[in-house]
Amino acid sequence: METLERILAQHQFFKDLSPEYLTLVTGCASNVRFEQDQNIFRVGDEANQFYLIREGRIALQLFSPDRGHITVETLSEGDILGWSWLIPPYYYVFDAKVLDVTRAIALDGKCLRRKCEEDHNLGYELLKRFSSLLEHRLETTRLQLLDLYGVRS
Amino acid sequence: MASVLELSSDRTEVAASPMLPRPFVIKKVRRETEDTFTVELDPREGRSRFEFLPGQFNMLYVYGVGEVPISISGDPAGSTLVHTTRAVGAVTKAMAELRRGDVIGIRGPFGTSWPVAEARNKDVVFVAGGIGLPPLRPALCEILSHRESYGKVVLLYGTRTPSDILFKDELEQWRARFDLEVFITVDRASAGWRGNVGVVTTLIQKAGFDSRNTLAMIVGPEVMMRFTTIEFIKRGVNPDSIYLSMERNMKCGIGLCGHCQFGPVFICKDGPVFRYPQIKDLMVKWEI
Ligand SMILES: Cc1cc2nc3c(=O)[nH]c(=O)nc-3n(C[C@H](O)[C@H](O)[C@H](O)COP(=O)(O)OP(=O)(O)OC[C@H]3O[C@@H](n4cnc5c(N)ncnc54)[C@H](O)[C@@H]3O)c2cc1C
Ligand code: FES
Repeated sequence: METLERILAQHQFFKDLSPEYLTLVTGCASNVRFEQDQNIFRVGDEANQFYLIREGRIALQLFSPDRGHITVETLSEGDILGWSWLIPPYYYVFDAKVLDVTRAIALDGKCLRRKCEEDHNLGYELLKRFSSLLEHRLETTRLQLLDLYGVRS
Repeated sequence: MASVLELSSDRTEVAASPMLPRPFVIKKVRRETEDTFTVELDPREGRSRFEFLPGQFNMLYVYGVGEVPISISGDPAGSTLVHTTRAVGAVTKAMAELRRGDVIGIRGPFGTSWPVAEARNKDVVFVAGGIGLPPLRPALCEILSHRESYGKVVLLYGTRTPSDILFKDELEQWRARFDLEVFITVDRASAGWRGNVGVVTTLIQKAGFDSRNTLAMIVGPEVMMRFTTIEFIKRGVNPDSIYLSMERNMKCGIGLCGHCQFGPVFICKDGPVFRYPQIKDLMVKWEI
């Protein structure tokens, strides 16, 4: 447990979170490992977890009948996977497929949701962090959509 | 412009004047992707090596069609002059039709260069977007040939799709080196692609450089360069250590016509390579 707490404390995502909250979050955390080609979750699964990727690579994919499994984004060391646990109705909207063997810390979203409801300050701390993550992902997605490398018309 | 260029029958004169193209013969054409190709050129007269600094460009004249600025993409230590061009319009599409033995007019080299000397003893991060890889290649080759003088060297490369990746064989060789880290990402992947997907700026946090002692060289579309620069600054890289290569339409290439003016600077002679603070204020003024 102690090591997990230290790892979480050193992660950019939990930077400056009070030791008290860090201990609380650690109570909802566990080490996990995923093998190549394993699906961590699929579209429509109940979203009860999110992950801090420590090592490895994961593809967020959507299946299209005519194009197959399309990767929309890849995540790797240092990235956070999954925010659907935070937003009702708590279902994943992408498949998460392991490209390279992945080690991560899984955080139990159900447990965190409960703790956030009980303590809104903790809820605010986590929402601040997820808002900033969402803002960053939105920005990069917009850049991706701009098709910057296409020929100017 | 074309008629002036075609007046150049005296070849000694041609070599001497920056306004007159010197004929170069295509020795080799290599198709990199569906719309991008590399030509290797030798001067038609004499065997002199083409001296240039990494980051500089030439004006390439397709006889009877027109002239375009194209960065030099070859190794500065190489024996031929190398250019990698994407066929987008009249001149570049006509150039794509040329074959071995055909002649191109060359004026140059022009412009400022990458700060390979200033980068010594520092970590160096190259960020290329799309057709931005060729202008960086000479600097990367130069640094790799004096590898011991530099800290960590990283190449971050973003393209539109996997089939747009340039220099595939060389990228494989670079990836196999232990003293160079290469990260590639694409904006859009087809099924079966197992590489990275996402914009090139997302690779910066993976690069693991020492931000207090890093020099960054960036080439790509302006929006990509702007966001890349912001990301470097966020990570603590000194803005003075961030260099970008800018593009504007050009005519003379030597600071005479004003065609490439970007606010108070001329891209052809004050650039194309700029230190970020030199052009910072201009980059956000889209009307320039
Ligand atoms: C300093 C400098 C270095 C350059 N180095 C390279 C290089 O190494 N390789 C390379 O391929 N190009 C490079 N370019 C860009 C190249 O000069 C232009 O693509 C070329 O001038 C287009 O001429 P054209 O007559 O073929 O097309 P035009 O008829 O001028 O344009 C045709 C279409 O292509 C679009 N277009 C023009 N330029 C670009 C561009 N850069 N990117 C996307 N779309 C464009 C136009 O908006 C238009 O829709 C460089 C430009 C500069 C200023
Ligand atoms: S192209 Fe003529 S001044 Fe730059």
